[in-house]
Amino acid sequence: MSTRIYSPKRQTLTDDPQTRESERDGFAPLSARRLFLLGGIGLILTGMIFGDIFAIFTLHQNAAQVGANLAAAAKAALAGNRHAVLANFQNVGAFLENRGTKVDTHVHMIDFGYLALLLAILQPWVAFAESLKKKLAWVFLVGAWLLPVGVYLIHYVGLAYSPVKTIGWASIAADFGGLLVLVATFACLVGLWMHFRGGRISPADKLLGDRSMEGRMLFAGGLALVLLGFFHGAYYAAADLYKHEAQDYSLLAQMGAGAAAGARVVVNDALTSYGQLQGAKAVNIAAHAHSVEFGLLAIMLAFFQPYVRLHASWKRRWAGVLLLGSLLLPVCVFLEIKYGLVAAGLADFAGLLIIFALLAMWIGILRYTGELDASIVNTPNSGDSQ
Amino acid sequence: MSGSRRLLIIGGIALAVWGMSYGLWYAVFAEHQALDSIGASLAGSFAAAADRNPAVMESSLEQYREAKYVYDRQVDVHGHWIGLAMLLIVLGIGFDRVNFPERFRQFLALGLLAGAVVFPLGVLLQTISHGPLPRAIAIAGSGFVIASLLGSAIGVVARNSSPAGTD
Repeated sequence: MSTRIYSPKRQTLTDDPQTRESERDGFAPLSARRLFLLGGIGLILTGMIFGDIFAIFTLHQNAAQVGANLAAAAKAALAGNRHAVLANFQNVGAFLENRGTKVDTHVHMIDFGYLALLLAILQPWVAFAESLKKKLAWVFLVGAWLLPVGVYLIHYVGLAYSPVKTIGWASIAADFGGLLVLVATFACLVGLWMHFRGGRISPADKLLGDRSMEGRMLFAGGLALVLLGFFHGAYYAAADLYKHEAQDYSLLAQMGAGAAAGARVVVNDALTSYGQLQGAKAVNIAAHAHSVEFGLLAIMLAFFQPYVRLHASWKRRWAGVLLLGSLLLPVCVFLEIKYGLVAAGLADFAGLLIIFALLAMWIGILRYTGELDASIVNTPNSGDSQ
Repeated sequence: MSGSRRLLIIGGIALAVWGMSYGLWYAVFAEHQALDSIGASLAGSFAAAADRNPAVMESSLEQYREAKYVYDRQVDVHGHWIGLAMLLIVLGIGFDRVNFPERFRQFLALGLLAGAVVFPLGVLLQTISHGPLPRAIAIAGSGFVIASLLGSAIGVVARNSSPAGTD
């Protein structure tokens, strides 16, 4: 029976049995590498879509609610109404918790996705049996989903039926998820250590030898984005961070002192400046974090291009779309203070570009796995290599 | 595998495990208490303003400032240790694309690893001391990371003097 398999280097199907064997060993169905890769991209995609939905439908409304309640608290202090102050601050706390848990869900999902991609690349060097590596991949993925879902539920579950005074069941579930990820990552570290300590020969891995155009584009572009993010972070830390922290305190002090003295104008001015300050802090931090994270994503995806079963020209186009979105998003986020909703809309559009490019690459990898699996089914002694 | 790649990959995963352990400890034992303290002190200061009690207002606001200062840095440390760890692993995997002699690549790898450990450590030390030393440590750490990363980027675009993937 003639069995053909996709050869990523040549962008064609090959009948070469040696290549076929190597493909199967490295990327067999439900192998650790495939679990980490598909699970990792799935986590990143879900985290990004969640982040986009959160940014469009929740973030700005939530910020407005926080501002409104803080203003109400300041005005209650001005009127000498202690109970209204405390009630408004309770609302501020609830809105901030709502926002914080959603940001944490978004960030942890994407970061665990990145870590999964890294562990996928490193699997050939982890000196454990494939069955153990598969178990570790499952433990990692269960933890990587449990933590963000648990964090998301913190706001809704609260302390209901909790055995602990300050931590609810959702937090406990999230912490357990974190522990699972930690254990799986630590085990991979031990496996790597065993590989290097045993002086084993490094396995040949076509992912690392690939020097295709799209791979080079993503690697160089990703490195440039990381550097851009680092420079911006360093500039922000040197020029604005301490100034912003001092302003945060002095504006709150102004609000309090103005309220105590019954000076309405002082309170209102301080409230306006406080809102602008929070906005400036948020866009600077978001621009820095997104630039670095999308840079890392581009570099990681550069390694996986041999697994993307798309035409070479389309692979280049999707790499370009991903890089364009990755640059546009942090720049537009940074410009939100100056250009408001226009920049915010462009940033959301850039987020969609990244999601589409990532989805296209994910579909390309799924096509590749489909062809690989079909070839295994068609091979008479395919059970041996499983 | 070359020494520079090994250093980045092993060092990166060790740093990721360390950063996650720190985050787990922080989430279980410190974060909720810190958030309670921030919320209570800020609400307390405004309640004191409503009572026309400036002394209590100021002391509550001072508590808020200290609690917020510590909280922001502890969260930053967790995020930066893990983020930098991932960068180390990614660079380690693709470090054969940096077209410099292995000796210089080891120097770059060491700079990246040292910066990735020291920069968040300096930020963490700021929660203990507000003096200039922790700040200087953080600046030095970030300088190491940026300089080494810049060197690596130059190596990637530099003309290839050795065959790819030789290590």
